[in-house]
Amino acid sequence: MTWVNAIVQGVLLGGLYALFACGLSLLFGVMRIINLAHGDIAVLGAFLIWTLVHETSLSPFLATLLILPAALVIGYLLFVTLLERSLRAGQLIPLLTTFGLAIVIQNLLLQLYSPDVKSLTASAGSFTTSSWHITDQLSISALGALTLALAIAVLGGLQLFLGRTGMGREMRATAQDADTAALVGVDARAVYARATAIAVAIGFLAGGFMALRSTFEPSSGPTQLIFAFEAVVIGGFGSLWGTLVGGIVLGIAQTIGAEINPQYSVIAGHLVFLAVLALPRSGILAGRLARA
Amino acid sequence: MTLLSVDNVDANHGLLRAVRGVSLTLDEGEVVALVGANGAGKTTLLRAISGAHRAGSGRITLDGVDVTDLPPHRRARMGIALVPEGRRLFAELTVEENLLVAARHARAGTWTVDAVMAAFPLLQPLRSKRASSLSGGEQQATAIGRSLMTNPRVLLLDEVSLGLAPQAVEAVYRSIETVIGAGATVLLVEQDLSRAMRVAHRLMCMLEGRVVLEGPAAGLTREQVTEAYFGLGRHVLAEST
Repeated sequence: MTWVNAIVQGVLLGGLYALFACGLSLLFGVMRIINLAHGDIAVLGAFLIWTLVHETSLSPFLATLLILPAALVIGYLLFVTLLERSLRAGQLIPLLTTFGLAIVIQNLLLQLYSPDVKSLTASAGSFTTSSWHITDQLSISALGALTLALAIAVLGGLQLFLGRTGMGREMRATAQDADTAALVGVDARAVYARATAIAVAIGFLAGGFMALRSTFEPSSGPTQLIFAFEAVVIGGFGSLWGTLVGGIVLGIAQTIGAEINPQYSVIAGHLVFLAVLALPRSGILAGRLARA
Repeated sequence: MTLLSVDNVDANHGLLRAVRGVSLTLDEGEVVALVGANGAGKTTLLRAISGAHRAGSGRITLDGVDVTDLPPHRRARMGIALVPEGRRLFAELTVEENLLVAARHARAGTWTVDAVMAAFPLLQPLRSKRASSLSGGEQQATAIGRSLMTNPRVLLLDEVSLGLAPQAVEAVYRSIETVIGAGATVLLVEQDLSRAMRVAHRLMCMLEGRVVLEGPAAGLTREQVTEAYFGLGRHVLAEST
């Protein structure tokens, strides 16, 4: 039964990883940018939500919701000020730009908030500690279930957006061939800016739920980035539902590893990631964003 | 009246001067065929007009409006539509989605998905098929349909018969002739000389980046065009000096 519990907890944890990975996957799928600052952007979101909660004593859930419009604006500005210029300079420059941005965000947060560990768990009241006890050894936390449901909703929403709306179709067309999209009137710059805005908003959402689940500090970003990367690679780069599967596989690997020995948690995740990388076709659901 | 005017345009690929001082005008409803050997600069000229390739110098105007410095998506929205060489469909999108992407920023006009289906009946059963699964001729029809969805004022067709089976070429050209019959303004690049002379009102022949022969399609002989095409007269001249 403890194994069943480990798997269930892994699935729930996977929801959070999928949420982290989603924004990373979107930016890579649409504009081939590997955003090394994605984890730090999520942590930045967590700090902004934390500030809002502490200044206004709003519920953390409401604060997360309120911060999303700001996230869209920040994402849009991020593209217009930094990413667009670096995209024009070739493949390598965006990578370096986001690497630099990651360092800037980390140090800015360190300066503003001190290196102290923070969390939103206490502010959310009893919700973060409530759970359903299925049996003595198997319980499902309300927060975990909500995170997984949110991840599914975000991925499903993104799939509907990409598949059913004009703006989404335009994004897929631009992802496949930006030059040809321009020939039918699509402004790639606007499409990219929108994609960045969405990716940052989903990143903030992930940051908010990370803060509700556990603790965070200015240097938390890189670890989250690695988990997001692993989820994306396990699930197959650019595949939306693959991202969810990847997140869940990573989550299960970590909780099973922890069940064997708490020290093995993170390393078990890394091992599964390396095993998938070594497979001939990388990614469990190898595919492309455009197929979503 | 003149709809599209290209005035002394240069276009380069690095140091290679692909298009050298080309001027041409296209009247409303006129069909002009551009012929010439591989590497004569035809494709680069079409790309320069659409904005996909930045002109090095010269001026391009559409209905009197200078578009030389506009990016390609702005020109497309103003009514310059290029059907690129090699079709370049959005492979993972369905036929219908390919058309709808183009409709989003289209000018006001009569082209809709249903109108394209009527002009290209072979596409009707393929509406929800992924573009990558189509045959060459079906892809070409989709590519032309996609450009028509922008309700273009000028349609630029780049080698639409390239790599197609003869039957598919026939089908594609039947549809093009329907579009031309409806009064479209077309500049087309075509390797098949007799087809070009049949479809077009006017013929232009390019050689090494320049227009070396121009005239009404009915008034030119095959020999004249062939000579200009290979630059025969010029080479004799070059050897004698």
